[in-house]
Amino acid sequence: MTNENSGLSYVTSLLLVVLFLILPASAALSAKKTPLTIGYLELAGDLRYEAPRAYAGIEVRSRYRPFDGAEIAVRGSRIIGRALGIKFSLHRATADNLADLERELDRLSKEQDIHFFLVDAPSKILSGLSQHARGRDILLFNVAEPDDRLRGKACAANLMHIIPSRAMQSDALAQFMVANRWKHILVLKGEFPEDTALTEAFLASARKYGLSIVGVRDFVLGNDPRERHKNNIKLLTSGVDYDAVFVADSLGQVGRYVPYQTAQPRPVVGSEGLIAGAWHWTWERHGAPQLNQRFERKVKRHMGNRDWAAWAAVKTIVQALARTQKTDFSSVNAYLKSPDMILDGYKGPPMSFRPWDNQLRQPILIHSHNAVIARAPLEGFLHRDQYMDTLGYDAPEKRCQF
Amino acid sequence: MKKTSIRFAQMAMSPANVTALFFSLLILTTAAVATASTGLVYVSNEKSSEITVIDSKTYKVLRSFDTCRRPRGMHFSLDRSQFYVGCADDSQIAIYATATGELVDRILNVEEPETFDLSPDGKTLYVSNEEDAIASFVDLETRKVINEVEIGEEPEGVMVTKDGSVVYVASEANNMVHVINTATAEVITDILVDVRPRRFALSVDEKELWVSAELAGVVDIIDTATNKIIGDIFFLPTGFRKEQVTPVDLLITKDGKTAYVALGRANHVAVVDVARRKVTKYILVGKRAWGLALSADEKLLWVANGLSDDVSVINTADMQVITSISVGKVPYGILIDDQ
Repeated sequence: MTNENSGLSYVTSLLLVVLFLILPASAALSAKKTPLTIGYLELAGDLRYEAPRAYAGIEVRSRYRPFDGAEIAVRGSRIIGRALGIKFSLHRATADNLADLERELDRLSKEQDIHFFLVDAPSKILSGLSQHARGRDILLFNVAEPDDRLRGKACAANLMHIIPSRAMQSDALAQFMVANRWKHILVLKGEFPEDTALTEAFLASARKYGLSIVGVRDFVLGNDPRERHKNNIKLLTSGVDYDAVFVADSLGQVGRYVPYQTAQPRPVVGSEGLIAGAWHWTWERHGAPQLNQRFERKVKRHMGNRDWAAWAAVKTIVQALARTQKTDFSSVNAYLKSPDMILDGYKGPPMSFRPWDNQLRQPILIHSHNAVIARAPLEGFLHRDQYMDTLGYDAPEKRCQF
Repeated sequence: MKKTSIRFAQMAMSPANVTALFFSLLILTTAAVATASTGLVYVSNEKSSEITVIDSKTYKVLRSFDTCRRPRGMHFSLDRSQFYVGCADDSQIAIYATATGELVDRILNVEEPETFDLSPDGKTLYVSNEEDAIASFVDLETRKVINEVEIGEEPEGVMVTKDGSVVYVASEANNMVHVINTATAEVITDILVDVRPRRFALSVDEKELWVSAELAGVVDIIDTATNKIIGDIFFLPTGFRKEQVTPVDLLITKDGKTAYVALGRANHVAVVDVARRKVTKYILVGKRAWGLALSADEKLLWVANGLSDDVSVINTADMQVITSISVGKVPYGILIDDQ
């Protein structure tokens, strides 16, 4: 025990020694891992997830939110994080309307220094958010909305599209039809706005690829004999010759009865039968089984289109950070949009963003309920620069002005 | 082996030494018998879960036999009397006798093994476990996994240095090469490389580690002293787009002068001048060329074409394909017993 009068007491000096030992260590520890949070914004009561089930409670469409896909990607990035000295995490925010989502965006970008946001929301919300975030160091990733207008007139420089557009999906189907010589197509259209959008996209693809549309017929769900020309599948599909039937049925109630009931025995494509999508749980190549198994083990269901898109969005952000070795927004933003950016999306070719509309160019998987039948772009469809640009809006079409 | 016999002969002929000499000669003879090469080529076919056996002189398929499910990586044991086959879908490594192709044993509970490399002393297999984001160390004597190292998702390529102190493992999903200390089973460092790294080759002096980056379409060259990328090689055979070039397997010849790189979907093998880091020729092979193997005299290069279900044989004197041989479905790796 030192003399009280000789400067520091024993205890104080001991404390100081301990502090001295701790501080450099903790400084070293915190210098090891910079936290980087990615935002995830979604709409509560989003109709796309809460649409009524079919009669008798039968759930005909998968209605899972894609947040799980983002989580799998963040978990898969922990080793890159180790190498970069970054700790990745997700912050999920759910709000009731656009105004509330804008508030969340502001709060998160300010309080948690979040610059990158995955957004799972319909067109209007996406447009609103991108307007609200304009001119700021914020980049939004659309993981669920295939609306072609967002790749056209309603495009935005701060909005990147991971999920493929409707045009890309219908172009994929059109390529498949051309390759299989299904030239004459009958279109059956449901009564909802999304069905109209699906039909318009397909008609545009048919024009692009030289298919012949023999008719566009509206259908409704029902048994009323006065409307039998709209609810009876035999009647709906008779009186005209066709090689295949395209069904636009976003709700999924009528379309599921079309295969095997058409007046002529023909393949059914579109919303039922042969479907063009971003992903499929049975894709066998390019490392897909590993991703699908990781997802299924953790989430206990098949990985869907939006799950994949959320996963790919996080991977894109991580990849851009890893390549630039920087965390400042402008470097990462510039790199992400440059031709050097390549994403391994497990569908084969390296994916990158189209500079004219910020759409991620990617193969489209054309699948049945349990197998991938073809991967678009199909072999033989040529393009001057990028085969994948035969799907969706190409540069010369100039639909988007940032 | 030769060194041992000379040493024994020089020792004084005491009874103990005579006995020792007797047993060592016995071991040598049996070892000599075991290492006599069969001239057989074994090809693993991952989709049909079988191994095709080809005569390396006549190029005829002698037979094929079923294996455990999804056989991919293969490697000879140290004395080459046996070879190991990793079966991902059965989570095991099967052990076969090289001379007869008979199943000798299995190492169970090795999670989804993809490829592996053997320690220089022949006692440990370093395995990439595809679905678990780990590399495991398998003790061949006890047939057990003795260590697991946490690394990035989808590890594939594994390569151990000549002195056995370091093993490199590539993680495809994380675009990284992990440098692992084999004594401590710890990651020394992680190296960020180009997109989707698959397999390795070490230069003869081990100063350079070459790694194929499948989606970037290049081979990255890493300086093993600093663990930094010091260069890369870009491939583009005529008629192909950059994104179609997907390099996977690569080999460097014993004299260290030439490298062969299988270019995947570009259906070619690139011949590379190692010192100049330049492609000197592209050789057209089958569809989706992945696996490569060189004969002991390096006069023949065998190529596994995953999507045309065949292997191509190239004469390295003139770099021309001699023949293509139909094998099973989706051939992956090739082992040649001709040393």
